[in-house]
Amino acid sequence: MATWPILSVTTFLPLVGALFILLLRGEDEAVKRNARWVALWTTVITFVISIFLVTGFDKGNPGFQFVEDHPWLGGSIRYKMGVDGISLPFVILITFLMPIAIIAGWHAIEKRVKEYLVLFLLLETLMVGTFSALDIVLFYVFFEGGLIPMFLIIGVWGGARRVYASFKFFLYTLAGSVLMLLAIMAMYFQAGTTDIVKLLTYGFPRGMQTWLWLAFLASFAVKLPMWPVHTWLPDAHVEAPTAGSVILAAVLLKMGGYGFLRFSLPMFPHASELFAPMMFFLSVVAIIYTSLVALMQEDIKKLIAYSSVAHMGFVTLGIFTFSNEGVQAGVFQMVSHGIVSGALFLCVGVVYDRMHTREIAAYGGLVNRMPIYAAVFMVFTLANVGLPGTSGFVGELLALLAAFKANTWVAVFATTGVILSAAYALWLYRRVVFGALEKDSLKSITDLNGREIVILAPLVILTILFGFWPAPVLDMSASAVANLVAQTKAALAPAKAALLGVQ
Amino acid sequence: MTMYHFIVFLPLAGALIAGLFGRVIGARASEIITTLFLMIPAGLSWIAFFDVGYFGKDTRVALFTWISAGDLKVEWALRIDTLTAVMLVVVNSVSALVHLYSIGYMHEDPHRPRFFAYLSLFTFAMLALVTADNLVQLFFGWEGVGLASYLLIGFWYQKPEANAAAIKAFIVNRIGDFGFALGIFAVFALVGAVGFETIFAEAKSLTGKTIHIFGGNFDALTVICLLLFVGAMGKSAQFLLHTWLPDAMEGPTPVSALIHAATMVTAGVFMVARLSPLFELAPTALAVVTVFGATTAFFAATVGLVQNDIKRVVAYSTCSQLGYMFVAMGVGAYSVGMFHLFTHAAFKALLFLGAGSVIHAMHHEQDMRNMGGLWKKIPFTYAMMVIGTIALTGFPFTAGYYSKDAIIEAAYAGHNTFAAYAFYLTIIAAALTSFYSWRLIFLTFHGETRADHHTYDHAHESPLTMLVPLAILALGALVLGFAFKGVFIYEQGVEKFFRQSLFSHDGWKILEEMHHLPGWVPWLPTVMMTGGFLVSYWFYIQRPDIPATLAKSQDVLYRFLLNKWYFDEIYDFLFVRPAMWLGRFLWKQGDGFVIDGFGPNGISARVLDVTRNVVRLQTGYLYHYAFVMLIGVAALITWFLFRGAV
Repeated sequence: MATWPILSVTTFLPLVGALFILLLRGEDEAVKRNARWVALWTTVITFVISIFLVTGFDKGNPGFQFVEDHPWLGGSIRYKMGVDGISLPFVILITFLMPIAIIAGWHAIEKRVKEYLVLFLLLETLMVGTFSALDIVLFYVFFEGGLIPMFLIIGVWGGARRVYASFKFFLYTLAGSVLMLLAIMAMYFQAGTTDIVKLLTYGFPRGMQTWLWLAFLASFAVKLPMWPVHTWLPDAHVEAPTAGSVILAAVLLKMGGYGFLRFSLPMFPHASELFAPMMFFLSVVAIIYTSLVALMQEDIKKLIAYSSVAHMGFVTLGIFTFSNEGVQAGVFQMVSHGIVSGALFLCVGVVYDRMHTREIAAYGGLVNRMPIYAAVFMVFTLANVGLPGTSGFVGELLALLAAFKANTWVAVFATTGVILSAAYALWLYRRVVFGALEKDSLKSITDLNGREIVILAPLVILTILFGFWPAPVLDMSASAVANLVAQTKAALAPAKAALLGVQ
Repeated sequence: MTMYHFIVFLPLAGALIAGLFGRVIGARASEIITTLFLMIPAGLSWIAFFDVGYFGKDTRVALFTWISAGDLKVEWALRIDTLTAVMLVVVNSVSALVHLYSIGYMHEDPHRPRFFAYLSLFTFAMLALVTADNLVQLFFGWEGVGLASYLLIGFWYQKPEANAAAIKAFIVNRIGDFGFALGIFAVFALVGAVGFETIFAEAKSLTGKTIHIFGGNFDALTVICLLLFVGAMGKSAQFLLHTWLPDAMEGPTPVSALIHAATMVTAGVFMVARLSPLFELAPTALAVVTVFGATTAFFAATVGLVQNDIKRVVAYSTCSQLGYMFVAMGVGAYSVGMFHLFTHAAFKALLFLGAGSVIHAMHHEQDMRNMGGLWKKIPFTYAMMVIGTIALTGFPFTAGYYSKDAIIEAAYAGHNTFAAYAFYLTIIAAALTSFYSWRLIFLTFHGETRADHHTYDHAHESPLTMLVPLAILALGALVLGFAFKGVFIYEQGVEKFFRQSLFSHDGWKILEEMHHLPGWVPWLPTVMMTGGFLVSYWFYIQRPDIPATLAKSQDVLYRFLLNKWYFDEIYDFLFVRPAMWLGRFLWKQGDGFVIDGFGPNGISARVLDVTRNVVRLQTGYLYHYAFVMLIGVAALITWFLFRGAV
């Protein structure tokens, strides 16, 4: 175990960078340039530091590691941080994607650059904090805090309808989180502690579990998002600047899935079991409904946003099978989707920066002028389709495999997603990239530049690498997931035995 | 490193070199490297063929662990037995020849490195498929060849038809894969593993077990086999899922020869053969396989009668021949089906490449109505096409004579409910095959030319790189049947040659029975073949006016066949339009009207109404409100927390 608080450093280093940027003074252009470099270096160093979390992580240990515990708000509310195999992949995902997000907005953002970068760095702190908080109040602060910077990023640097979008985003998420806050307070009054580690083994009374579970669902379902509370996502994505979309899709959505794994399943196993059929139903509806809707989209970003909802359907599907395969599918699918959807939004950003439109109809035949772009976009399209050999396949395979064991109808309906995803993704690709280059406006469009290659290349490599070698993520989460599944099942076992006894 | 590493991974290396560095090293280098990297595996494959088939050197080459989560463990390994060895020979030989041929055929195309990269990538995926050691690895190859097929059909991406055909191929295949995937899940749910060794060992214990699916309880093995067969139907373009194959002809002709004739489309047949230990225990599933095979054999042959595009005729012919192979599988004569797969690869690749040579000579003219009289101009191609045709139609002692006739005999000897149905349909299809094949030859090469003067005068024989592959394949079309019939269709030969790689629950009784049939049965295919030839000769050489008159008098039937039984129109009406309508409906009405209308927009509209009328505090920026809200919430939290903490 390391002797220095790696986790806190990873969490708060971006904030230090933000402070630096705020202190920058001088000529306008120079400040902009310096601010960008400070932000980039901060995020890169944060990523490098987070590598220590991976090297020092004990895969065999299902519990929390790198734990830091200090008094905070008096009484039982403490500053307690730590990661296990379920949260660590997300921490790394965040620190890995942040430099990419910063570079993505390098030239696209010209107004209020300082504020923009400060918000991004603040967002990183809050996101990493969300995944490593081990005190439920601390978690709440990070979880909800993340709303503010994203809300401002969309609202200030967004597109034409940014105000509507950011308001919708805010209204939805806030509605959910208010209920979660009430649930947190109820949990505190019941258990007398806000320590997540203690709460995990507390064992809430059955009747109370139902209400707490529902309150948490309100928040997580909106974040993920699940059908039918997903409509904020397409609007938010459409209006958000590229880097905002990347982080929104890659990380913020995952907080919902993570919440199910950290709170709903282990703390309220009975309620989870009670509501599992509903979750299956919602997952299947999400997969089919949003895939069909994606098929008809005329806006590239909206299409990808809808496909995100469908892919998150596989996550909830896997998680609520309460099996090792299913829960690992959930974790892996989230990481994979983080990489792939982030990359897809970057790809949209590439052409948006050149043409300033997201209308599918405005494109066509890009491959003629942009062969490298076409190849890169193809890789992510195929990953989105879940082709074996890309990271998208592994999560879907495991989730469906687990779902089939739980309920064959669910698996049958969910598997139709593989047909629909092929339809909307390939059709999009065809309309944007293939065909003859006929539109005059596109005749001078240029292929990826060095900056864009630098940010897309690592994502291409990871997408393919995880397709053939998913072990880094699967092994990291294996023992924590096994522990979670075993605990959940153990909690349910007496109930089952009692039920059998009655019969 | 074993020989098998080279066989499987050299094509991948070639694909990567040509794909990533094609622009640096140039087109010529890309061609040479990819072709060479297939010549070597092709040679090695023949060594493997004899090593494994005749000397019994089966082996398993472990590579790495792919996915390991919970109970699921997917290893990546090369499974080398006779079944694999046969496929290795087919895939690598045809692929090597197609690479060589493409150097000539594609010499004017500016994107040759990309083309050769795709071809080699396809070959690698196909090799992954045939060497698969478990169902998930098989699925990898399965989808991999689907991807390569998609890329190659859409190779000329400027053509809208090519793009449409590429997407259609991928999606129809995905419908098949939907079944395949469910089949994998069912196997895993029942056996707890996906490796072939484990599944086959457990297969016996599954008999009599039921599985709850589609709202009822069904025999587990039947369900598994049928689901997996749906995958095979998609890949092998069987009746109902065949619609993508004719459209796939939009791709360059060498692609059609390699993917849509010799290799990828036979993957479904290979899959059934590979899973024979499962199918043998599921007689109902085998009966279904027989029905679909026979129906496809007949259906595709009828459509092939009236097509005018030279490639489409050959495409429907492929579809029909694949049906034959499934008939063999369905009646339990797996080795016979594999035999036809083996010989068909040679003569169908020959026909496609021959057609390509014609198209090349005619400056990309594919309509046979604009051909005719070409034999004088391109005599070598003509001779090769005739060899392909006699092999396909089953002229005595050519390849088709042994393999196709064996299937018809096996159908006659078969015991399942639909064996008789299959026998009659395949017999009729044999006559139809002969008719449309000769029709192609006559329309293209004989009679007065219907081509315009310029094209006809400039028609020229293809370069050597294209003719050499034709000659090699023609040799194969002539001798493969005779040379290997012993190990494919005779009981003792099959048992020694295939050993454990194919399974027959009654020790290949069918192979014995099919050699003791009533005297007229073995003659019948030859009679049908002759009949088809004579009618064709009469129609297209003696009385060229008859076809037109017939088409006019039988207008309805003619249109029905010309429009391919209207499958595309029916599917468009049943699936494509409703899906689009539903998508738009759910988007505009579901998301827009219901969810947003009653959700956020509705609420915010009410809230705004209230604030507007009562408070009048607008600053004009909605997010200011929201921000104030958040601060309020934060204050609330803080208060609660401190009160709780004290």
